Amino acid sequence: MQCVLAADDVRQIISDLADQILVAPDIAATAPGRLALVGIRRRGEVLAQRVGTILRERTHTDVNVGAIDITMYRDDVMGARPMTIPMGTLMNFRIDDRPVVLFDDVLHTGRSVRAALDSLVDFGRPRFIRLAVLIDRDGREYPIRADFFGRQMTVAPDSRICVHLAPTDPHDAVYLDPHPDTGPRGVCR
Amino acid sequence: MNAPASEPFLWKRPHLLGLEDLSSAELLAILDTARALKEVSTRSIKKVPALRGKVVVNLFFEDSTRTRTSFRLAAQRMSADVIDFSVSTSSVSKGETLSDTARNLEAMGVDAIVIRHRSSGAPHALARMVRCSVINAGDGSHEHPTQGLLDLFTIRETFEPRGKTFSDLHVAIVGDVAHSRVARSNLWALVHLGAKVTLVGPTTLCPDEFARFGVKVSHSLDDVLPAVDVLNILRVQFERIASAAFPSIREYSRFFGLDESRLRRCRPTVLVLHPGPMNRGLEITTAVADGPRSAILQQVSNGLAVRMAVLYLCIGAGSFNAATAPYLEKRLSLSDDEARGPQ
Repeated sequence: MQCVLAADDVRQIISDLADQILVAPDIAATAPGRLALVGIRRRGEVLAQRVGTILRERTHTDVNVGAIDITMYRDDVMGARPMTIPMGTLMNFRIDDRPVVLFDDVLHTGRSVRAALDSLVDFGRPRFIRLAVLIDRDGREYPIRADFFGRQMTVAPDSRICVHLAPTDPHDAVYLDPHPDTGPRGVCR
Repeated sequence: MNAPASEPFLWKRPHLLGLEDLSSAELLAILDTARALKEVSTRSIKKVPALRGKVVVNLFFEDSTRTRTSFRLAAQRMSADVIDFSVSTSSVSKGETLSDTARNLEAMGVDAIVIRHRSSGAPHALARMVRCSVINAGDGSHEHPTQGLLDLFTIRETFEPRGKTFSDLHVAIVGDVAHSRVARSNLWALVHLGAKVTLVGPTTLCPDEFARFGVKVSHSLDDVLPAVDVLNILRVQFERIASAAFPSIREYSRFFGLDESRLRRCRPTVLVLHPGPMNRGLEITTAVADGPRSAILQQVSNGLAVRMAVLYLCIGAGSFNAATAPYLEKRLSLSDDEARGPQ
């Protein structure tokens, strides 16, 4: 497993992501306190929380941050494999008619984002949804693109990018695993 | 530079037949899944697509209101299609065997059979006959695993915010332990999770032999009251009691009924559970059942989340070919008598 981005790089990328979101015209035109950030559990949730903290500091307004568990919306939920245990969704605010930024750590096939969009609309009808990711890698299978991204990467199709973010992980880092185990999806070994 | 490994728990069982054989990790996995799914029932759209295209059959050979409705709603919240199979209007009333009924349902492409049967072991026999998932909704006086799980869920939900785990808790199961499948499922699960368990009841309904399962047995509710964190009050099951187990209803109520004066002798944080349906005024008074220490309606709500979790885990795992293959092999090698199963 090779470290491709160290802690300082990741911190800078997260700061840049917050900047990109703040200057986006449709989000800049949003009334204070209306913006909602929603992260896909688990690293997307951490990313949303950390961007949320930066946005609060820079704008001096509150930003709602939620977390969605997409386990029940995946298209491979009933595949030939043992079942993973879901973590649950934490959305203690309404998203109707509000701008929402959806966060994930890595955008790869686009299937997780598709599942997350289906899950989000079960909570209401947002004004619009934008997608922010730390790593935008190649290999898209669905017509989905990121509106905000930290780094774009082109890697071998069977390799895996693993993002580690504090405080869930001991430190920030991005790893490239060229020969991942064929373990449960999304699990870095 | 190596990243730390992360190994999530994976559920592999296609059936839920009882709690006796489950590990503490499996019990906690169901409770964690139920906790994640409880939120679904608070949304404006109370549905997730996880079991879309799956078919669940409710095969109830005994009367039930809560469990049957709860399983039906749980399957619907997970987007499964549900068939409510009624024994009185089916070919069972013409003498069809359990195995024939189950195999015919299976031939229609069902993914899970939720079975309640008066004979202990009927779900286990069924699991050897069919390829689909089998979920025990109560078999005789053997087990009622989803009731046990919802009791655990309610206990955990109450005490976890206070920093307590199961191993910190003392649970009393009170009443007709001998005939209660709820008591057995609770007993196994609580012992696996490290809780201290005391069974309380008259000697005729709470035999001392239960002590060999790693629990205490007491015949005095008043002695136990000050020490417990949870009182799980069982229904007196008149339909299963063959001979006079106690002299009179009044005497049972006097020694083992939970009323306000007894509740005052408990810890102020005590949690009162009852699996329902209640014999109000017998094993529990209305003031206690509807009072602030009671979590009886919370149990019903939690039952929905627990059954959603069980359906999700078992049907998903049931599509895991390596897990179902051994059951198919056993089914094909059953003798005619075995295949007929308990009726």
